[in-house]
Amino acid sequence: MRARARIASLADEGTFVEEAADLRSEDPLDFFDLRPYTERLAEAEMKTGLGEAMVIGQGTIDGNACELAVMDFAFMGGSMGSVVGEKFSRACDGAAQRGVPLVSVTASGGARMQEGILSLMQLPKTVCAVEDLHDSGQPLISVMTHPTTAGVLASFASLGDVIVAEPGALLAFTGPRVVQQTTREKLPENFGLAEQNLRFGHIDAIVPRPELKQYVARLLRLFSSNAD
Amino acid sequence: MPTDAELRLRERLTRLRNLNLLGGARVSGELEKLQRQLERIQAGPTDEEIWRSVELARHQDRPYTLDYVNRLFDDWVELHGDRGRADDHALVIGLGRFDGRTVALVGNQKGRDIKERTDRNFGMAYPEGYRKAMRLMELADLHRFPLLSLVDIPGAYPGVAAEQHGQGGMIARSQALMARLGVPIVTCVIGEGGSGGAIATALADRVLMQENAIYTVISPEGCAAILWRDAGEAKKAAAAFKPDAVHCLELGVIDGIVPEPPGGAHTNHDDAARLLGESLQEALDELESVSPDDLKRRRRAKFRSLGVFA
Repeated sequence: MRARARIASLADEGTFVEEAADLRSEDPLDFFDLRPYTERLAEAEMKTGLGEAMVIGQGTIDGNACELAVMDFAFMGGSMGSVVGEKFSRACDGAAQRGVPLVSVTASGGARMQEGILSLMQLPKTVCAVEDLHDSGQPLISVMTHPTTAGVLASFASLGDVIVAEPGALLAFTGPRVVQQTTREKLPENFGLAEQNLRFGHIDAIVPRPELKQYVARLLRLFSSNAD
Repeated sequence: MPTDAELRLRERLTRLRNLNLLGGARVSGELEKLQRQLERIQAGPTDEEIWRSVELARHQDRPYTLDYVNRLFDDWVELHGDRGRADDHALVIGLGRFDGRTVALVGNQKGRDIKERTDRNFGMAYPEGYRKAMRLMELADLHRFPLLSLVDIPGAYPGVAAEQHGQGGMIARSQALMARLGVPIVTCVIGEGGSGGAIATALADRVLMQENAIYTVISPEGCAAILWRDAGEAKKAAAAFKPDAVHCLELGVIDGIVPEPPGGAHTNHDDAARLLGESLQEALDELESVSPDDLKRRRRAKFRSLGVFA
């Protein structure tokens, strides 16, 4: 599901105000594989109409004020580079400043290789941002959608106070293809899917898309009920 | 045009030169170290030099965590187990005396011969390993021991059980715990700083890298397989994503480069340990008087500032 559609499905109509929409990636390494990184970025923007793989902003969900950080897999596989890290970090600050919870919706293949080591640094960056959010007393509700893997799973997405997944979503640090190729292990059925993650205790619930808004709203009400 | 990293080094160099009359051996050693860093940065590593770092970082005779521990620590006591499920041998934890203080240490550990390599899972920790590390971090925080972490991991282990035991979440929570610790944390990448497995124990106040270590978001082979669709293009991938210490310093990802003996750390373990020990000691001295709250605040601010965007 694309980021704008996701926001429309979660936020109350007309309440979402986007933030940091003008942030754009740079190319610190002059990265060139089969094509230059700058070309891939330009193409992704043309294709998706988004400046990056994450959209952040404020809004309400069934009347509950919150901050939203929503990823879009169509933008370079939802990979996390400097801009995704910065946007998530600002979403944490926005939530902390306004005293509202943060709801993240992830869809990502992992770190953006074209930014080299700086993409790995977005893991600790987003982790530190969540810690600051928690120190402000606000929760992170993490919604994992297909796929939430590698660097995003190994950072902020797994730090949700409550973690909710969509049915059938692949939630794995290493995906089935790489596990199979590297170790030649026989993969169990449903390897890495949300249902397996629930069974092994890594997530709290699997919620079908039509029920997601009300589920998140219920959580937001629970987290705010004892606040001053 | 000189980069920021170069300017910072020049400034430190100038300051230390002025201190030279007072300094004695320690200051002149420092000066030599900085001069070498500066020379490396000015030259800028070539693609060939970058690949040489990849090879040296993986050299089979390169010193591993316990080689350094044995040379640098007194009264080393290794601790075992995650207090839940297992004792992951790919990662060692323990307490020891270093430079007159008790410190807690966590380090990835590779094996020397085929039996030990298998036992250590080629240095690739399972989630149990990160939980073992977290147990040590909590112990360090409780008893106010500075935490040292030595990073040398090809990458997190890509296996079925590792996934089922929650590898992604464990790497996230290990970082989160480090972001909360009120004691000084110093990390040095001593070989391969591979991806999520590396960052799990590298959210530190000071992050150092040995001269020939590498720090990567994905292995050169993995990157080549995805972007070039050919793992054989690893050399090209390494040249493109620049995992060497000099580039990491330039990007602000690390705070300093630890020199190695000429030819690389594998040529002389004693000298490599001495040089590493000096850098760790210096970093710990700098952090000693910082309050727990300031440590935490500055550590988070440092990592939150990483990234390049417009």
